[in-house]
Amino acid sequence: MSHLLEVRNLSKSFGGLQATKDVSFTLEEGEIVGLIGPNGAGKTTLVNLITGVLSPSAGSIVFRGRDVSRQRPWQAARSGLARTFQIVQPFPQMTVLENVAAGALFAGAASSRAQAEREAMEHLEFVGLADQALRPATALTLPSRKRLELAKSLAMKPKLLLLDEVNAGLNTAEIDKALALMRTIAARGITILLIEHLMKVVTSLSTRVLVLHHGELISQGAPQAVLEDPKVVEAYLGSKFAARLAAQAQETGVEHV
Amino acid sequence: MSTSAKLPARRGLRPAHFVFLAWALLLAAMPFLADNYFVRLATFVAMYSALALSWNFIGGYTGYPSFATAAFVGLGSYTGAVLQNAGAPMVVAWVCATLFTGLVAALIGAAILRMKGHYFAVGSITLIEVLHQVASLWSSVTGGGEGLNVPILAGGPDFAGRVFLYAMLVTMLLVWAVTLWVDRSKLGFGLRCISQNEDAADMVGIQVNRYKTAAFTLSALFCGTVGAIYASWVSYISPSDAFSVLLTLKVPAMAMLGGLGTVYGPIVGAAAFVLMEETIWAHFLDYNQAILGVVIVLLILFLPGGFLKIDYRRLWRRPLPVRPAASVTAGGEKGDKAEKAAAPLATFAREGRS
Amino acid sequence: METYIQIIANGLMLGALYACIAVGFSLVWGVLNVINMLHGSFIVLGGYLAFFAWAQLGVSPFVMLFVVAAALFLLGFLIQYGAINRVVSKPVLLTLTLTFGLDLILYNFMNVVFEATPRRITLDLGSLGIGEVMLPYDRLLAMLLALAMTGILYWVLRSSRIGRAIVAVRMDRDAAALMGIRVNKVYAITFGISAMMAGACGALMAVVYPITTNTTGLLLGKAFTICVIGGLGSVPGALVGGLALGLIESFAGTWLGAQYAILIGSLLMLTLLMVRPTGLIGKRGYE
Repeated sequence: MSHLLEVRNLSKSFGGLQATKDVSFTLEEGEIVGLIGPNGAGKTTLVNLITGVLSPSAGSIVFRGRDVSRQRPWQAARSGLARTFQIVQPFPQMTVLENVAAGALFAGAASSRAQAEREAMEHLEFVGLADQALRPATALTLPSRKRLELAKSLAMKPKLLLLDEVNAGLNTAEIDKALALMRTIAARGITILLIEHLMKVVTSLSTRVLVLHHGELISQGAPQAVLEDPKVVEAYLGSKFAARLAAQAQETGVEHV
Repeated sequence: MSTSAKLPARRGLRPAHFVFLAWALLLAAMPFLADNYFVRLATFVAMYSALALSWNFIGGYTGYPSFATAAFVGLGSYTGAVLQNAGAPMVVAWVCATLFTGLVAALIGAAILRMKGHYFAVGSITLIEVLHQVASLWSSVTGGGEGLNVPILAGGPDFAGRVFLYAMLVTMLLVWAVTLWVDRSKLGFGLRCISQNEDAADMVGIQVNRYKTAAFTLSALFCGTVGAIYASWVSYISPSDAFSVLLTLKVPAMAMLGGLGTVYGPIVGAAAFVLMEETIWAHFLDYNQAILGVVIVLLILFLPGGFLKIDYRRLWRRPLPVRPAASVTAGGEKGDKAEKAAAPLATFAREGRS
Repeated sequence: METYIQIIANGLMLGALYACIAVGFSLVWGVLNVINMLHGSFIVLGGYLAFFAWAQLGVSPFVMLFVVAAALFLLGFLIQYGAINRVVSKPVLLTLTLTFGLDLILYNFMNVVFEATPRRITLDLGSLGIGEVMLPYDRLLAMLLALAMTGILYWVLRSSRIGRAIVAVRMDRDAAALMGIRVNKVYAITFGISAMMAGACGALMAVVYPITTNTTGLLLGKAFTICVIGGLGSVPGALVGGLALGLIESFAGTWLGAQYAILIGSLLMLTLLMVRPTGLIGKRGYE
């Protein structure tokens, strides 16, 4: 059987620094998978490798049965890989609508600028930005910009959506909204790889969790199991706080599962 | 569907198009209205409009600070002159010069566009120097530093004046038509994305290198035409004349004067510039360059967005609470005086891409 | 063998002057992120001032050097403070075009006042002969002074208060501003220092080569090339780049003929730019 995405023995080093080491995992269609790890664990590097921003030093990436290890970002975008950025990257002087239309036109299915704008409008309605469509992208607040990124990614008609810290900097109410949004997206059949700091988001959304530490995949599996994994606990907090985290993970698990 | 009502209307025929076509018609009618001096002036207006529109593809839409205009004008003029001297009919030489210049630009572009910002600017200036040197040193073909004579068009100065005026006008209209197409096409949209955030453009699936090369080639193509026509017109070219650094600065300044990345900005800028040149500078021949310098300095300091980037609509619309982004087009606030001065140009403003 | 040593010696004497030309240009590019199209004219202006002081007042160019340096520092400071500071953080297109426009004004002014006739200060100091290798004293002196000035600048940047401020602004403009450094003033001083180096170097060049306004573009081109070879904003980089270009031109001139020197230099630079789009030793982020 074939996986949606298969990462095999992926390594990337910058000079002497090994950012990812021999990482292997698979994603299946329709899954929501969380990718967690302490700061500097190599999460964003991994996303950059998958989306063609970086080329791997070793290993391979197979997406929908095709080896995409060496593809450029624009090819990744067209092949159904879309991502949002930790630091939002809009086209500053374009309107919100045009920003989203760019995704629809160049990576999505839109055949003309007019159609791209129509599609963009639908995506903006979906994320709740329709009333801001004609404002310049720079006029948006941070939570709105995050939603703009999401709309742009969705306009690219992705099979796999990589969400890099979409919830960073949002307050609780906004996070709840974002969670609902992500569930709806997943329900549309889009596979999601969720890079997150917030355990609450990861545990309540993902069916599976991958843990990176110092560029290595140290654990993967169901959220509960992973969070109780001593290796993970140690990676995050050192052995000292192992017990406390275990208790906490139990609690969140009860709340959300 | 409820959404369609909120979408901006697609562009139809705009008054600006009619104003422009009337302007082109006026230029075309010049031989019947005035003497050869004005015919020559109209030829220059058409020529610089074509050059500024060409530069706009790479400098305006794509946001790459190219100073290579003179390289391509020079290449076109030498190609045209060499072909004409080899016996090619004038128009054939023009067409070949256009295609050859475009081809060279496409090849060079693929390499030079890997640079960004300052490096690209320096690289594009160096390109002029390289071609200048080649033209000076390759004397068996180019005549070296002594330059090259081009056969004078038979039929007398009046006839020749008209031929070259119409040739430049046709070139201007061609670039204008291509600009209109680019402005509305996927290509133009992609170029604007690149100019604002190249990495983000790559991420949404734009083939950045191919798009940039296309823009660079388009920006060179008609410079080649203009160069070849110019060589036939003045019937003598030399390396320092053909690869003029002054030209390479003037053209972006014209586009900036009108407004970067708009359809009509470069045309307004070129016309204003040429007319200014004729009315003011002609009286101060010794200070020609200094006055050009002063104009450029004032332009950059006080009107960096050009006439067409002033948001004339802001006058009656609630201003958006936007902090102007630090970029070429952030020219809004300082334009109050210029707004009044440029009021007749307001018609053109609506064609602006904002 | 002697000829090779002679070529190398010529190259190094030339290269020392080139380094001195480029060091200021590189400083402005690296610190202000501005390509200063005025740089060639600053050099020529310095040369003219030295020439006229020598021809009409009999002042030695090696003394005039200091006057020229002071005058150009002031000119540079004022230009930066009054004009370039206003657009210094805008895109390249604007800053470059602005300095280009300013250059036209200065260039035109020099053409009117000094005329384009080539001028050279001829000192006839004789030559130092080592075997068959001839080292004219005027060139030798120019080279040593150029190296000394470059060395002093290096010391100033590393050790003085203003030097540290310049380096701080170069590294992080915003952080430097938060630390209480007046960025605009630092910019103006940096630009002044750059003009000062250019002017002083022009005064030295007038001893070795004829000075004419026609060479402003050429000198600017050399500054570009050296920056691309040596990297931006660092004094040792400019020194290495300058000496390298001097040697390359010296050899190219001997083997291929002097008329090819410019072409070789330009092609070399384009090639370097294409191989390393951000400069050979240049840092990323100074685009």
